[in-house]
Amino acid sequence: MKVGIVVFPGSNCDKDVHHVLRHVLHTDAEFVWHKRESLNGYNAVILPGGFAYGDRLRAGVIAAFSPIMKEVKRLAGEGKPVLGVCNGFQILVESGLLPGALIKNNSLKFVCRWTNIVVESNRTPFTHALKPKQVINIPVANQEGRYVADPKTLEMLEHNNQIVFRYHNDDPNGSANGIAGISNEEGNVVGMMPHPERGSESILSPFGGNDAVMIFKSLIDYMDEQK
Amino acid sequence: MSLTQEEFDYLKNELKRQPNDVELSMVEAEWSEHCSYKSSKPYLKLLPSEGKRVIVGPGYDAGVLDVGDGYVVTVHIESHNHPSAVEPYGGAATGVGGVIRDILSMGTRPIAIFDALRFGSIEKSSHNKWLFKNVVRGIADYGNCLGIPTVAGEVEFDDSFERYCLVDVASIGMGKKEDIVTSRADNDDYVVLAGGSTGRDGIHGASFASKVLEEENRSAVQIPDPFLEKLILEATMEAIEARCVKAVKDLGGGGLSCCLSETADKIGKGINVDISKVHVREQGMTPAEVMISESQERMLYVTDGTNLNNLLSILDKYEISYSVIGKVKDHHNLVVRHNSHVVADMPASLVANAPLANRIAKKPAYLEKLANVNKPSIPKDLNDALLKTLSNPTIASKRWVYQQYDHEVGIRTVVKPGYGDASVLRLDNGKFVTFKLDGNSKHCYIDPYNGAVGCFAEACRNVVSVGAEPIGMVDHLQFGSPEDAEIFWTFVETIKGISNYSKVMNVPCVGGKVSFYNETDNGPIKPSPIIGVVGLIEDASHIRNSIIKENDTLLIIGLTKDEMGGSEYYEYIHGITGGNVPKVDPSLDCKVMRVMLDLIKNNMVRSVHDCSKGGLAIALSEMCVGGNIGIDATLTHVPNECSRIDDLLFSESHSRFIVSIEEDEFTSITNLLEKQEIPYGTLGKAQGNSIRFTYNDKNIINVSVDKAVDAWANTLERLIEHG
Repeated sequence: MKVGIVVFPGSNCDKDVHHVLRHVLHTDAEFVWHKRESLNGYNAVILPGGFAYGDRLRAGVIAAFSPIMKEVKRLAGEGKPVLGVCNGFQILVESGLLPGALIKNNSLKFVCRWTNIVVESNRTPFTHALKPKQVINIPVANQEGRYVADPKTLEMLEHNNQIVFRYHNDDPNGSANGIAGISNEEGNVVGMMPHPERGSESILSPFGGNDAVMIFKSLIDYMDEQK
Repeated sequence: MSLTQEEFDYLKNELKRQPNDVELSMVEAEWSEHCSYKSSKPYLKLLPSEGKRVIVGPGYDAGVLDVGDGYVVTVHIESHNHPSAVEPYGGAATGVGGVIRDILSMGTRPIAIFDALRFGSIEKSSHNKWLFKNVVRGIADYGNCLGIPTVAGEVEFDDSFERYCLVDVASIGMGKKEDIVTSRADNDDYVVLAGGSTGRDGIHGASFASKVLEEENRSAVQIPDPFLEKLILEATMEAIEARCVKAVKDLGGGGLSCCLSETADKIGKGINVDISKVHVREQGMTPAEVMISESQERMLYVTDGTNLNNLLSILDKYEISYSVIGKVKDHHNLVVRHNSHVVADMPASLVANAPLANRIAKKPAYLEKLANVNKPSIPKDLNDALLKTLSNPTIASKRWVYQQYDHEVGIRTVVKPGYGDASVLRLDNGKFVTFKLDGNSKHCYIDPYNGAVGCFAEACRNVVSVGAEPIGMVDHLQFGSPEDAEIFWTFVETIKGISNYSKVMNVPCVGGKVSFYNETDNGPIKPSPIIGVVGLIEDASHIRNSIIKENDTLLIIGLTKDEMGGSEYYEYIHGITGGNVPKVDPSLDCKVMRVMLDLIKNNMVRSVHDCSKGGLAIALSEMCVGGNIGIDATLTHVPNECSRIDDLLFSESHSRFIVSIEEDEFTSITNLLEKQEIPYGTLGKAQGNSIRFTYNDKNIINVSVDKAVDAWANTLERLIEHG
């Protein structure tokens, strides 16, 4: 059982995700350079946050064409868990694995702070150990984190239970329907703007908790069940 | 030509011939004040630089401190004042880039960025607002993209920075002791230039920074590319881990010319390069332009024949452009060829070591006048004075700034901006590091010696407040022209103050920078030394923030004196410049800090806040605002030598802390303080929703916490976004 953490040129949170999986949760996790053409042997894949290709042209758009993305799509198609955090979410959207778009925040500024999200769907591999409507302390750090989609897509997301996380009365981005994270229709591909790896150890939380670690624990439980 | 006649004659004598144009350009860049420290060098030697944790002291790209268990912390500070005053976004961004590459040059990974910023009033001028906004955005965009958290800083506003700015950026790095790159090289080792292509941007940048800012020379400002810097960061770390480099040196002020001469001088060998091999951005650049261009995101590596291909394949992996431009040679010259034609050939040590300038120091006449000023009348409404001081941009919350910085990437930030007197980062050896920058141009202007000592003491206090032992410092000394004897005197006083305090506190200097010529048409800046102190925390249980909780009892430790000179109260509320600047008694200060650390380590205090800008009234209000709780405080028991209530409220006397404690610890704490003969007083209990100060049961101040929060927390945003 092994999680692949994709490293694009400009990825920043790859080591942080690796630390949580390896040293906090003692799970096998490896870095996968974006030029690799195979993800054989990985049971799940995470696209971490950062500034792949320096956000040139548009956040995530160049990385969406990296060689590794063909394999990420294959894994997603096979129903394996795929998580994109922050810039990883942007890449999933740009590569068509998730619908909608992430545009500049309402404030037009980068925003780094803690907020709260509500678990809206626990049918995904990343949320099934959480309770529906559970509120989690978690930080955000982004400039293009405002989720938007056309009304039809939004309706579909709501209808199909594809909204995974919503901001709890405190939306730092100005997202449509307060969206903080969504999944594909099947639920195995999840993208979220907040950073669960930054909220997984209580020493890092100004509120003392580590609720966000449950997102990674869910994944590990899920992979155990799939064995 | 920017060389003086004496410098030119010296160069000619040493070379025993006329220098050619290329050589002259190279020497001009390297002998600029910015690169050569020709005015400051003799005085910088006064700074104590040895200590049990110091592995590498001043004179290198970064200072290196031993933090135990085979780990080191590196630290460096730089400024980018002239460029930022002309082009704030690019100037500030490239300032971050430069300091990061210095940390990398030692073989350590940068783990945090810090900034100290100074501007003219943003209430009076939209130009200053424009500078502030874009400097912050420049630092944010660059640091965020690199994935290095910008975790702390300070901002001061003062009219002496009108239409100018001071942009100081510091960084700390972490690594293993065994991985530190100490420059060494052997005959025929390869010299590789990697990163950004060399263009005409930033030509004469070092000379530009070594002159009074008279014209807006935009072509001397460099262009930032944080994505390329990120690739260089990862590639350099990979090369160091693979042990395939022998020396790493960043290209900063003075470009290739300074980088090569300093590298050759440091390794004690010669270097032969062919600059036709340098990858360039534009055609037709002259050899001189290639040598002194300050194009950004460039790094120089020295490696041997066995490891060259390893290094190049790492650079290839990250798609970083590079050129193998020459070799280390068993002579002592820097020999520059263009194809086969020799365009420069000079001893590296001659280029790297400018003849020292002999500057004259004379006590400024203005100081006499500032010593005695009439005291202002006490404001009728002290509530208003408190709220106004809380919304003074220098004092108000810097949330608008730090929320634009990713201050958490790297998952090390344990105490985050806004929670304590300094941010705390966890290290890989289970310990924690903190670093705090402090400056106070208002104090330093009125009393350069005591002002500088005060900045140092405040930085130490902030580090102690979060539970850390101060272990090393860096200084950044910023002044007007050193050719002005009165300004030079303030520089000399500053150095004396810092070195005396450093000796008593046993906190050695491990690096620093000097920046002169910070002058515009409006005149010189106030003397602005910035002191950065590194602190080490051995155990997580020692970490403290400044957030208070309901029912906490608050005590003040230390003596409040009538030291109102340069206080925010005098300057911002009354518009008075002058008076007695707070003086530090170094040995008392040292004792107070020792006792504070004892209280923290023995778990006797809950939260700690230092008392500085804005005085006791502000420190206490900040704690209330942070905890969103009121206080009923009496000033009757505050140990003081003040004859007026406003002095007691707003004096910025040093060696003071406010601590919050649980009631049952009261006796053990006060016993300890009495035994050490440290004055203290009980202030009161955190409760209710108003900040209330009384003196002998007489009401002095009573404002609601909500009002205080609004004044303190929202002012910057209001001024900048809606002002």
